[in-house]
Amino acid sequence: MARRSDDRQGFFAVFEHLDSTVDACKALRAAGYKKFRAFAPLPEHHLLEDGLALEHSPVRVFTLSGALTGAATGFGFTSWTSLDWPLVTGGKPLLSIPAYVVIAFECAILFGALATVIGLFINAGLPNFRRKVAYHPACSSGAFGIYVPVSAAKASEVREILTSHHPAELREDQEGFDA
Amino acid sequence: MATAELRREAPTAAARRERGALPNPDVQSYSDVNRDVLKVLSRPGPGWWILFGLAAGGVGLFFTSWFWQIYKGIGVSGLNAPVGWGVYITTFVFWVGIAHSGTLISAILFLFRAPWRQSIYRAAEAMTVFAVMTAGLFPLIHVGRVWHAYWLIPYPNSRFLWPNFRSPLVWDVFAVTTYFTVSAVFFYLGTIPDLAAARDQARGLRKKFYHFISLGWRGTDREWHHFSKAYIYLAALATPLVLSVHSVVSWDFAMAIVPGWHTTIFAPYFVAGAIFSGVAMVITLAVPMRKFFGLENYLTVKHFEAMAKLCLVTGTIVLYAYLTEYFLAWYSGEPPERGSFWNRAFGHYWWANWTMLTCNGLVPLMLWFKRVRRSISALFVISIFVNIGMWFERFVIIVTSLSHEYEPWAWGLYRPSIVEMGILIGSFAWFGFWFLLFTRLLPPVAIAEMKEVLPPPLRRRRGS
Repeated sequence: MARRSDDRQGFFAVFEHLDSTVDACKALRAAGYKKFRAFAPLPEHHLLEDGLALEHSPVRVFTLSGALTGAATGFGFTSWTSLDWPLVTGGKPLLSIPAYVVIAFECAILFGALATVIGLFINAGLPNFRRKVAYHPACSSGAFGIYVPVSAAKASEVREILTSHHPAELREDQEGFDA
Repeated sequence: MATAELRREAPTAAARRERGALPNPDVQSYSDVNRDVLKVLSRPGPGWWILFGLAAGGVGLFFTSWFWQIYKGIGVSGLNAPVGWGVYITTFVFWVGIAHSGTLISAILFLFRAPWRQSIYRAAEAMTVFAVMTAGLFPLIHVGRVWHAYWLIPYPNSRFLWPNFRSPLVWDVFAVTTYFTVSAVFFYLGTIPDLAAARDQARGLRKKFYHFISLGWRGTDREWHHFSKAYIYLAALATPLVLSVHSVVSWDFAMAIVPGWHTTIFAPYFVAGAIFSGVAMVITLAVPMRKFFGLENYLTVKHFEAMAKLCLVTGTIVLYAYLTEYFLAWYSGEPPERGSFWNRAFGHYWWANWTMLTCNGLVPLMLWFKRVRRSISALFVISIFVNIGMWFERFVIIVTSLSHEYEPWAWGLYRPSIVEMGILIGSFAWFGFWFLLFTRLLPPVAIAEMKEVLPPPLRRRRGS
């Protein structure tokens, strides 16, 4: 059986221009490559939407469920504690809903925000401290990048697609990295 | 074809400058932004060390005064009957208010797509976090026996009786802790891509530090895709939060039947005042930051003019609220209410009231003039007046109202003690200490978001 490094390799293409990057992503997708990664120094929506056709992010489900859980917790907590030892204060009803709205609201925001962060971390794979990941430091400054993990048989086809879109640098990794 | 569309769509540099996002033509490419912003993180100059030394000294004063109060007891403050809330609560409300403009600029203006927000919001958000950190200490200082501060957490007493959730003070605990958590999370998440940029330029120990706190960010499509959505949702959550927090703080007063406090305009009045003081504080901090760190290309006159307009709008609302309060005190026909406001204007604390009215009502009226709005030195001076005025506003509301309630035999005066003044001055140093550290450790301008207002680098020119 072939070792992983013999079978898998990767290409890291660094692009100076956004349009070349978007075109290269489309060409890769048209050629049937799905498991490649694009790198950008900013959330460039042309790259994400046109180049990669990314669907809706599931983070919103986390936000909504967090906020609803928070609101329910806020109401539940205040109501339960009021009924746990029924004590009328200030002539107000035991379940003073308008007053509890404040607590429920704050809990909704708090839980919603924390759930959003959890959703982001799960979906974006953060924190990511793995050592062998594909990266090029130019991609946090002015350049865009594409990393394509590929089998040895398809290497020349990928090289050709990437080269035809004028990369500033094409790095060939003999050992495939995590994309 | 979508890329052709991209070339058609991408506004030219001239069109973007027209919109006022980044008027300085010196900043042209994405890497220029990295170069200019990350150079701030290099070796600090003597000016920074002097300021840092002063701040550290002030932090010493803060903790010395506080420890003295813990050692001797709350009696070393001027707090007593009938004025049980003094400088500590005044300063608490002041710092919570300062925090508000950071969230306004980072979240509300983000949702409204205001193009000038990009260069200023990182500093404003940092200010929010540090201001809440400062404000959060004041209830602990105020309660005196700080070792019992955990009583603030809602949990049942030894007889299993829970706190009264109808009390605005309990609401305040929820509001302020939520606000601190959410604004800190929002601030940190926004910095992650920029920390990765700092990591890629740093060496040695700094590189390790940035690698760790950037969570291994690489700027992949997957990361950006979820990040930009998460950011929108956090902004959408932070927007109602910022309005709620100062409303809840105002209800600490408005829910009580003290004359001068018990009014329905308190929530919007406090929120407008909070944003007013916060924007003024952003101006106060941004003017020296721009100068010392050579960020003139990023913080331009256009940005300051936009902030001056925010100050003008909120300042006008505040002035209107002052006038409404006086009008309603007269119109209510309630002798204690009328007496309270007469006492504010002409009683023992008249000087505080007139300082407040001058600094918050009259001085900001100068912002109606375009020349003043476009003069950075004039804005700096006005912003300091507003900072002073807004502190006095809270002092006037809290102290004059408590000193002059219903029964004449229960009236009394309050004089802040030297310990309270030490803690007040020290709180500015504590805030400055964190802000100075921020300017050296985290990119003070949002690098990735600045790039969004620059034209993208295209291989083929527009229209071709």
